[in-house]
Amino acid sequence: MSTLTQTPAVSADAATRGLVEIRGVSKSYAGHEVLHDVNLTVQPGEVVAILGPSGSGKSTLLRTINHLESVDRGWVTVDGQLIGYEQRGEKLYELKEREILKRRTQVGVVFQSFNLFPHLTAAENIAEAPVALKRVSKADGRELALGLLAKVGLADKADAYPRQLSGGQQQRVAIARALALQPKVLLFDEPTSALDPELVGEVLDVIRDLAKLGTTLIIVTHETGFAREVADRIVFIDGGHVLEVGTPAQVFGSPTHPRTREFLGKVL
Amino acid sequence: MTDTINTTGTAAADAAAASATPEVVNRGPGGTDYNALTVVHTRHYLRWAFGALALFVVLQFAWTLVTNDRYGWDIFAQYFFAPAILRGLGLTLALTAVAGSLGFLLGTLLALARLSKSPILNSASWSFIWFFRSVPLLVQVLIWYNLGYLYPRLGLGVPFTDTYFVSIDTITLISQFAAAVLGLSLHQAAYSAEIIRGGILSVDQGQLEAAAALGLPRHVRVLRIILPQAARSILPNAFNEIIGLLKGTSIVSVIALGELFYVAQVIYNRNQQVIPLLLVAVVWYILLTTVLSIGQFYVERHFARGAERVLPPTPLQSARRWLALQWARLDENEPTHTGIDARSESFRL
Repeated sequence: MSTLTQTPAVSADAATRGLVEIRGVSKSYAGHEVLHDVNLTVQPGEVVAILGPSGSGKSTLLRTINHLESVDRGWVTVDGQLIGYEQRGEKLYELKEREILKRRTQVGVVFQSFNLFPHLTAAENIAEAPVALKRVSKADGRELALGLLAKVGLADKADAYPRQLSGGQQQRVAIARALALQPKVLLFDEPTSALDPELVGEVLDVIRDLAKLGTTLIIVTHETGFAREVADRIVFIDGGHVLEVGTPAQVFGSPTHPRTREFLGKVL
Repeated sequence: MTDTINTTGTAAADAAAASATPEVVNRGPGGTDYNALTVVHTRHYLRWAFGALALFVVLQFAWTLVTNDRYGWDIFAQYFFAPAILRGLGLTLALTAVAGSLGFLLGTLLALARLSKSPILNSASWSFIWFFRSVPLLVQVLIWYNLGYLYPRLGLGVPFTDTYFVSIDTITLISQFAAAVLGLSLHQAAYSAEIIRGGILSVDQGQLEAAAALGLPRHVRVLRIILPQAARSILPNAFNEIIGLLKGTSIVSVIALGELFYVAQVIYNRNQQVIPLLLVAVVWYILLTTVLSIGQFYVERHFARGAERVLPPTPLQSARRWLALQWARLDENEPTHTGIDARSESFRL
């Protein structure tokens, strides 16, 4: 499988950046509260796995970090920057779209359903954003894409369209696509939930390699075994409340909240 | 008809297996060599009967085309390439191209406005579509042509006064051609806006999220990600509209603009050969629609990239494949594999 020992896509100082602070975040949909006063700090380079039953709000929380989801109360910052707003004196100014987009690229997302662009080849999917944002030329974009594809073990699939790839391969392309923008933080929204059990391994291998590189990773997953192995800290959410935060040893070994015990008892 | 049964599924696997261990692969239970047997295909008697009936109707009609001299094929031939008809044809094409391009360009902008978050753009677009779908095209063309009656002069000046800095006679500005283009393209814009909006709505929401998460600027999201995917569901309707527009141009004959149908009318009013001249127009419309339909096939095929694992073959590719198959059949020694031919894997009704 892939080795991500040296990657130009993730810059060296990424290890010292990528601090995510979530403070007092609440969010309701039509009167139903999906997030309740969530507080969480993720240190630069830390790998955090968010566990919880379906509908517990873990995907919503992840999406607020990238402002794919707006919040009703509270705020989220990446390296002290609010994604949608800028503070000047005593006022918060809503940012122009261009500025929001720029800040968004600091946070990469890998979706459960991959969301690769079906009309573009694997290499085009990866090169699209760096080229459109004028970070690299078209030719360099192709080079960048080929390099990243090699790193996720898909060097020979550069010109394949997503539909010609297996689910595991598509998800690996999606990870390469997220890496192409050199994000400080990478969010994984149940990256293996849409995959056949035998394809899960190849995606987890790539994430495992990423974890060693010092990019901040926040992973929503149902793969408790994987979370235990790769995460520095585990966050357990239920009903929009953060019930438990701790090292895998603490959360899996001696969970304090009865709801955590009940959930882990079912899935382990 | 003799065929060989394909026991392993794919021709390549069969051939490879046959060369290695033919006895093992080609023998079924009880040691039968199925390859040696002749295949008898199912006979579709009802299908043949309907085929024969259809053929009879077509032949009968073709026979009347030849024998009924009221069709006036000699007059048809005389006028088919007449300079006046060709000029009319040129104008029809020009109207279709100009009104089609303007209509779809404006329609795209209207569709995007309709989907935007801005309530002003949204309601302006909705009102435009509402109005131009409500007014019959025929009436609209007549109103544009008679705009000079309402506003004899158009120009720039001090608002709410009669002071003009520059102005021009409406009749000079809005010629017959301009009135036709205005009417056709505004009408077309309203309809294509809804088709394009429908196409955009059919693109998966996840695509928008992924594009936003990658920080793609708005114009890139629209032009590179959304519209190319929307094109797949827009195109069949869009070609319908263009073909409709091509024939719809005949409506502007009411303002005496010399397009194909108007020219044909003028000629038959003079020489009383109504049917032959209508046929001239009909055959030209059929030819142009045929060209558009062929174009449609290739344009749709282009936008199917990535949506289908294997692109459907072009007619040329199908013809070559068919000929190669027939050729192989003629050659008795060459084994033929017709059990499973290389067909697109995508789902077909």
